[in-house]
Amino acid sequence: MKESKISKIWRKLNGPQELGHGPIFWSLFGCFAVVLLGYSLVGSVFSLSNLAIFFAYVPMGLGLGLLWGYGGVLSFGQAAFFGIAGYVYGIVAGNLMGTPGGTLLAAVCGIGGTMVVAAAFGYFVFYGQVSGWIIPLLTLVLSLIIETFMGQTAGYQWRLGRVLFGGYNGMTNIPSLSLGGVEFTGATVAFYVLVIAVTLAVYLGLRLLVNSRYGHAVAAVREDAERTRMLGYNVDFIQVQVFTLAAGLAGLSGVLYVSWGNYMNPSSMGMVAATLPVIWTAVGGRNSLLAVLLSTVALRWLADALAVRGGEYAFLILGALLLATMLFFPAGIVVSVARRWRDGKRRDSKIPPAPLQETNQTRGVS
Amino acid sequence: MSLAYLVSLLYQYADNVAFLLLAAVGLMIILGVIDVINLAHGELIMMGAYITTLTYNHAHLPLPVCMILSVIGVGLFGMFLERTVIRRFYNDKLGALVATWGIGLILSQGTLLLLGPSMQSVPHPEWTVSYGGYSFGGYRLLLFAIAIFVVIAAWWFFYNTRLGVQTRATMQNAKMAQSLGVDTRRIYLLTFAGGSALAGLTGALYAPTTTIVPLMGTTFVDVAFITVVVGGGANPILGALTSSALLSVISAGLSSVLGTFIGRIGLLIAALVVIRFLPQGFSGYLRDIKRRRMARASE
Repeated sequence: MKESKISKIWRKLNGPQELGHGPIFWSLFGCFAVVLLGYSLVGSVFSLSNLAIFFAYVPMGLGLGLLWGYGGVLSFGQAAFFGIAGYVYGIVAGNLMGTPGGTLLAAVCGIGGTMVVAAAFGYFVFYGQVSGWIIPLLTLVLSLIIETFMGQTAGYQWRLGRVLFGGYNGMTNIPSLSLGGVEFTGATVAFYVLVIAVTLAVYLGLRLLVNSRYGHAVAAVREDAERTRMLGYNVDFIQVQVFTLAAGLAGLSGVLYVSWGNYMNPSSMGMVAATLPVIWTAVGGRNSLLAVLLSTVALRWLADALAVRGGEYAFLILGALLLATMLFFPAGIVVSVARRWRDGKRRDSKIPPAPLQETNQTRGVS
Repeated sequence: MSLAYLVSLLYQYADNVAFLLLAAVGLMIILGVIDVINLAHGELIMMGAYITTLTYNHAHLPLPVCMILSVIGVGLFGMFLERTVIRRFYNDKLGALVATWGIGLILSQGTLLLLGPSMQSVPHPEWTVSYGGYSFGGYRLLLFAIAIFVVIAAWWFFYNTRLGVQTRATMQNAKMAQSLGVDTRRIYLLTFAGGSALAGLTGALYAPTTTIVPLMGTTFVDVAFITVVVGGGANPILGALTSSALLSVISAGLSSVLGTFIGRIGLLIAALVVIRFLPQGFSGYLRDIKRRRMARASE
């Protein structure tokens, strides 16, 4: 009997590679989505705008969750790819100002451009089959170099068409995304709805991806790259693909960010910015997309709340949070709590617990 | 092209080699022996620079004494880090990376909060040597001499002392070394402290030449990381030497013609090309050659 398409998708959505199954989870998830979208009807423009920018970073975080938690590759490059997409979008959209559909083309160029850079970078790193610590180092250097480059582009000679790069002052007056007469600028309900819809779509899409055959191959590479290679998978190519996809998701965040604030500056790719996605992913729990989603929004909110009460402490607290998580909850706070809750439930139902599906990483074997 | 011009090129080259060697050698020794990347390395360098600056400006000690205090202070701090944090991550490389990154963040932001965004720096020793119309900074030449001395001293330590031999045994096969009575935990502790002390030395030596700011570690780590990646961890000393010798050609050449920034890009591209063909870096490649030769000899 052939399985219907819908039940196949449903089965994949509930696959073993992600936390949260069953009717209770999905009704909660549905409520969460409805509340978020419904909030656009009642929330003030200010709070909608704030919440929208917290969610705009989620694709970047999810990209790293996919790359690090599922693919086993740690990268500090998400900020660089975020920035490249933002700048490319700014250049294209600024030059096509007034052209219908220009901003949409700009978004495609931004995300596409950043993916091309990522693929080229990934080719060298992954086809060289380097050891795991090299990729975080080189992606960090990439972020720092691009930041330095954009930082020294002050002055009138640094421009493309009619768009000035602006050095450390940043690129300004970048047009927002617009589609069919609706402009998705920061303080609008339209932007909020767009961001929530995109975020949820990215989450569900990645959930399908990690539970597909391909997703299992990605996880297999994380567990044992050599064995996966022997089974006939093109490990290098899979890693380049996942790296590029993660970069594209960071680019999506970059485009949303630029559309929100009409502004981009080099510090969004600096040392501190490069850290943030790693903190979100590590603190939430890299082995679950949902955990990354929640912790991204929560930590953006925390950083924002701390910045209001004297921003100097924000990064100190984030650094301490990162260190504490790595020491006491190596699998991430959300994931640890979820696992404990699941195990507690099993004990109640008096069924002997199945061996925990822990990965090599959580066991600490590399 | 006059002889004086060649000498000035050589001077720039030596200056670059010294910077790369000093920035990377501590990191590389830790990687080679413990197999852990310390992302807080830049912040340890920053810490060395701060100890020198503070003791020089407030306690009015002679500069060399301040620098020695930096080495000791950062070394002890490294020991503390190893005992409290690094030790837990010996089986989890990426975890160690992330945890040390958190430490780096705490150190740089904590310094910013405690001591403010900048501070009065140590006066730059104004020794100059002139030759054929060019004048060269004597302090830079001294840095080069110290860098070479550090490498020779490290080599001597690894090959001519009891502790050095034990360290190399631990590097090659930690379990085997343990069963032969080597206390590998102590080796790891001392190695991490030694690598940190070298970071402190680098910070102390470069304190008179740069502005002292909490994020100053960043200017060291990007070149240090590239040097480590190109050199590889298989043999820290050989790796540091070959990699900084090659990278300085690129960096000094490109920087003097096209500017510092292009020099940096050149370094990154060089690193990408090198790891595409030699994923273990130079020292890994040299080790493979040696192993192949030994295998052939034993046939």
